[in-house]
Amino acid sequence: MSLLAVNNLTITFRNRRSTAETAVVKAVSFSLEAGETLGIVGESGSGKSMLSLAIMGLLPGDARLSGSIRLGGQEVVGASDRALDALRGREAGMIFQEPMTALNPAMTVGAQIAEGLCLRGGLSRADANAEALALMEQVRLPEARRRFASYPHEMSGGQRQRVGIAIALALKPRLLIADEPTTALDVTVQKDILDILDELVRERAMALILISHDLGVIARSAARTLVMYRGDMMEDGPTVQVLRQPQSDYTRQLIAALPRRSRRSLEGAAP
Amino acid sequence: MRAGMMRWLRDNKALAAGLVITVSIVVLALLSLFWVPMSPTKMNIAQKLKGPLENGFSSGLLGKDHFGRDIASMLMVGARYSLTVALASVAIGAMIGTALGVTAAARPGFTGAALGRLNDAIFALPPILSAIMLGALMGPGTTTAILAIGTFMIPVFARVTRGAAMQVRARDYILAARMAGEGEVTITLLHVIPNIASQIIVQVAIQLAMAILTEAGLSFLGLGTPPPAPSWGRMLADSQTYLLKAPHMALAPGLAIALAVLGFNLLGDGLSRLIDPRRRIER
Amino acid sequence: MSGNRAPLVEVIGLSRRYALPGGRNLQALDNVSLSVAPGEILGIVGESGCGKSTLARIVMALDRPTSGNVLLEGDDLFALSPRELARRRRNFQMIFQDPYGSLDPRMSVARIIAEPLRLLPERLSRAEKAKRVAAMLEDVGLRAEDGARFPHEFSGGQRQRIAIARALITRPKLVVADEATSALDLTVQAQILRLLRDLRARHGLTMLFISHNLGVIEEIADRVGVMQAGRLLEIGPTAAVMENPREEYTRRLLAAEPTLDFLEQPA
Ligand SMILES: Nc1ncnc2c1ncn2[C@@H]1O[C@H](COP(=O)(O)OP(=O)(O)OP(=O)(O)O)[C@@H](O)[C@H]1O
Ligand SMILES: Nc1ncnc2c1ncn2[C@@H]1O[C@H](COP(=O)(O)OP(=O)(O)OP(=O)(O)O)[C@@H](O)[C@H]1O
Ligand SMILES: [Mg+2]
Ligand SMILES: [Mg+2]
Repeated sequence: MSLLAVNNLTITFRNRRSTAETAVVKAVSFSLEAGETLGIVGESGSGKSMLSLAIMGLLPGDARLSGSIRLGGQEVVGASDRALDALRGREAGMIFQEPMTALNPAMTVGAQIAEGLCLRGGLSRADANAEALALMEQVRLPEARRRFASYPHEMSGGQRQRVGIAIALALKPRLLIADEPTTALDVTVQKDILDILDELVRERAMALILISHDLGVIARSAARTLVMYRGDMMEDGPTVQVLRQPQSDYTRQLIAALPRRSRRSLEGAAP
Repeated sequence: MRAGMMRWLRDNKALAAGLVITVSIVVLALLSLFWVPMSPTKMNIAQKLKGPLENGFSSGLLGKDHFGRDIASMLMVGARYSLTVALASVAIGAMIGTALGVTAAARPGFTGAALGRLNDAIFALPPILSAIMLGALMGPGTTTAILAIGTFMIPVFARVTRGAAMQVRARDYILAARMAGEGEVTITLLHVIPNIASQIIVQVAIQLAMAILTEAGLSFLGLGTPPPAPSWGRMLADSQTYLLKAPHMALAPGLAIALAVLGFNLLGDGLSRLIDPRRRIER
Repeated sequence: MSGNRAPLVEVIGLSRRYALPGGRNLQALDNVSLSVAPGEILGIVGESGCGKSTLARIVMALDRPTSGNVLLEGDDLFALSPRELARRRRNFQMIFQDPYGSLDPRMSVARIIAEPLRLLPERLSRAEKAKRVAAMLEDVGLRAEDGARFPHEFSGGQRQRIAIARALITRPKLVVADEATSALDLTVQAQILRLLRDLRARHGLTMLFISHNLGVIEEIADRVGVMQAGRLLEIGPTAAVMENPREEYTRRLLAAEPTLDFLEQPA
C-alpha cells in the first residue's frame, strides 16, 4: 500500500462577489511510496501549494475539497482536527513556500525549532534545545549557537528559509512536502540542503514531494515528475521522459522558456 | 450551510456563549428604556424583602428589596448604567491608550521611553484611588466613575497596542509604504492600526468585563452613580444588612455582575482565539 | 552598456554592522563600492546571508549605513531632507525579497499597487489610477479584476508579481529587485524578464538585480557582482565573470549550479 494516495482531489474556492466557484485543483490523482521523491513543477498559481496544504490538512477555511487523500492508510479529507494534529509533524511535515508566514515573529528561531520537539517529540526542554542547535548547524545556518536567540526579522531571507527547513526536519516525518524549499538560497547552500533531503529519502525511506520551478533541482533529486497547469495534472512520469519527451503543450513551453544557460545543459547531453 | 454553522459553534464555544450572554444583557438594558416589569423606583412597603414570586407575580420575578422595589426592574435599569460607564470608560482608555501605544511604537527612542514612564505613573493610580480623589474634586457620580476607570485603562491599551504595533512595524509592508513616500502618521493610520485592530477589539471585550466589575466596586463604595438611579454595586451594598433575612437581595445583583463579567471575558477569549495568527495557519 | 555617462547610483565604501544577541557584532556589509550607469542592469549574486538585501535597503534609503555613502544622481542620499527624499522616491522603487511580507494583508491588491502613485507630481483621478493599475496587472500576467482581491487569496508567484507591479507603476528610473523572480515558473519568469528588458529599451530603466539564479542573471544582467560575507569579491561584465571567474568562491558557485545535462536520453 502506498504511503500517500491522492484520489480525484478537487479544491474549490467560492467567489466573494458571486456564487460561482473556482476550482484551483481539478480531479488530481497520484500516489507516492516510501523512499520515493516526486517532483512537482507547474505554472505559477496552478494549485501546487493548495494541493500540498490539502495533504497536510491545512487548507484555508474558505476552501472546499472533495475526493480522497490517504496518508499512511488514514483518510485526511474530513478528518477531525485532533486526528489531523496527530498526523502532522510525525507522519507528514512541510516546508512552506513563504518562510515568514510559518514563523512566529515574536519568538526566537531556536525556540521555534525546539517547540515541536518538546510538544510532539516528547523531548525535555534541554534536549530539545540541543537537538534544535544541531539542526541549525545541519542546515548550515552560520554561527548557529549565536543565531539561536535571533528573531526571524533579524535574519536574511535564506536564513529564514533554513529555519523553516529545520522545523520541518525536526520531527523526522515519514512524508515531507517541500514547497519551493530553496528559492532564497544560493546554489552552494541549495546543494547542501538537497543533499540532506536526498539522504533522508535514501537512508530513512522518507517520501519527498519536491515542488520547484527550477528544473535543474527537479532533475537532480526527483526520479518522477508531475506537471500542473491551471489546476490540472498535465503529466506524471519519469523525469527524464517528461523533460526529454514532453507530452503536453505547457511542458514544451516550460522547456522553451528555460534560460539559455540551462537549455544548453539540457541539450549538451543530447547526442 | 447548517453543517458549517454547527462546526463553527463547536470550534467557537466560548465566543458563542460570550455573545449570547452579552447580547442578552445589552438587549435587557435597552429594553428598560421603553419597558420594565414595574417601576424600579416605586416603593411598596407591603412587599418589602419579599422573595422571588413569594406573593405571586406581584412580588416580581426576582423579589423585592428593603423598600419593596422590584429587583428585576432595578437590575435592568442598573445594567444601563453599568454598560454606559463601562463603554464610556473603555472608549476613553482605548482611544487615548491606542494613540499613545502606536506613537511609542513609531518613535522607539526618547518619546517611546517617556510615554512608557507616563504609563507607569498612570498605572500606579488604581481606579478606586483616583475615584476618591476625583470624587473630592467634582463629587461622586457617573462622570467621576467614567473618568476614574477610563484613565486606569489608558496604560492597559497603550501596552497592548505598543507591542502589537512594534510587531507590525517589523514587517516589510511598512518599508513598502515608506517607498511610497508615506510619513509616520499615514503609515500608522493606514497600515498599523488596521493590522492591530483585531487585537484592540479583543482587549476592548476583556476590559469591558474589568470596567463592569470596577464600576460595581465604585458604586458599592458610594462613588458611582448616585441614588435614586439603581446600580448593581449599590444594590449589593444595600443587601448586606439583610443577608440572612433576604439572600435574594444579594444574589440577584451578584449574579448579574458575575454573568456580565463572564460574558465579556468569554467574548474576549473567543475573539482572541478566532484571530490568533497561529490558529489561522493551522486551519 | 556601462558607457562613460555619469553613474545613476554610486555606492562608496558602504559598511553596515548589526548587533547580534549576546553582544557581538555582525558585519553584514564590509566596505562595498560599486556604481550603476543609467540604463544598466547590474546583477548581484552571492552567498545567502552575505548582505545583498542589506545593500538593497540602504540604496533605497530604508536603512542607514554604519559608514560609507550612496550617491543618487550625484547627490548624497542621506543628506537629503525628508521632503526631498520623498519627492525623489518616485524615481526609485524596490521589489522586496519576501513578497507576502511586503503586502499589507488588510489592503486590496489594487490599493497596494496604486500606493506609490501618490508620489507622482500630478494628482491622478480615481479612474486614471484604476486604469493604470489594471494595465500594470496585465503586464505582469494577472487579470485586471484580480485587483479587488486580497493578498492571501493569491499563490506565491502571483504575490511576487503584485510586488513587481507596485514597484513599476510609477515608471521609476531605478529599480532594486531583490530576488524578484524566485517564485515564478519559467514561462512567467520569461514574461517578466521580457517586460523589464522592454522597460529598459523604452524608458532607460536601470536595475540592481539581486538573484540566486545564475541563468536569470546571465539573461538579464550587463554586469554582475559576486558577494560573500559582506564583501564584493569581484565585479565585471556578466559573460566575463561567468566564463572566467577570478575568485575561488565564484568558481564554487558556478560548479554548484544544478544542471540538466546528466539527464540521460530515455531508452
Ligand atoms: N483564499 C483563496 N481564495 C481564492 N483563490 C485562492 C485562494 N488561495 C489561493 N487561491 C488561488 O488558487 C490558485 C492556486 O494557488 P496555489 O498557491 O496552489 O498556486 P501554486 O501552484 O502554489 O503557485 P506558485 O508557484 O505561484 O506558488 C491560485 O490561482 C490562487 O489565486
Ligand atoms: N535586523 C537585523 N539584525 C541583526 N542581523 C541582521 C538583521 N538583518 C540582517 N541581519 C544579518 O545580516 C546578514 C546579511 O543579511 P541580508 O538579509 O542582507 O542577506 P542576503 O544576502 O540578502 O541573504 P539571502 O540571500 O539569504 O536573502 C545576515 O547574516 C543576517 O542574519
Ligand atoms: Mg505555491
Ligand atoms: Mg536577502
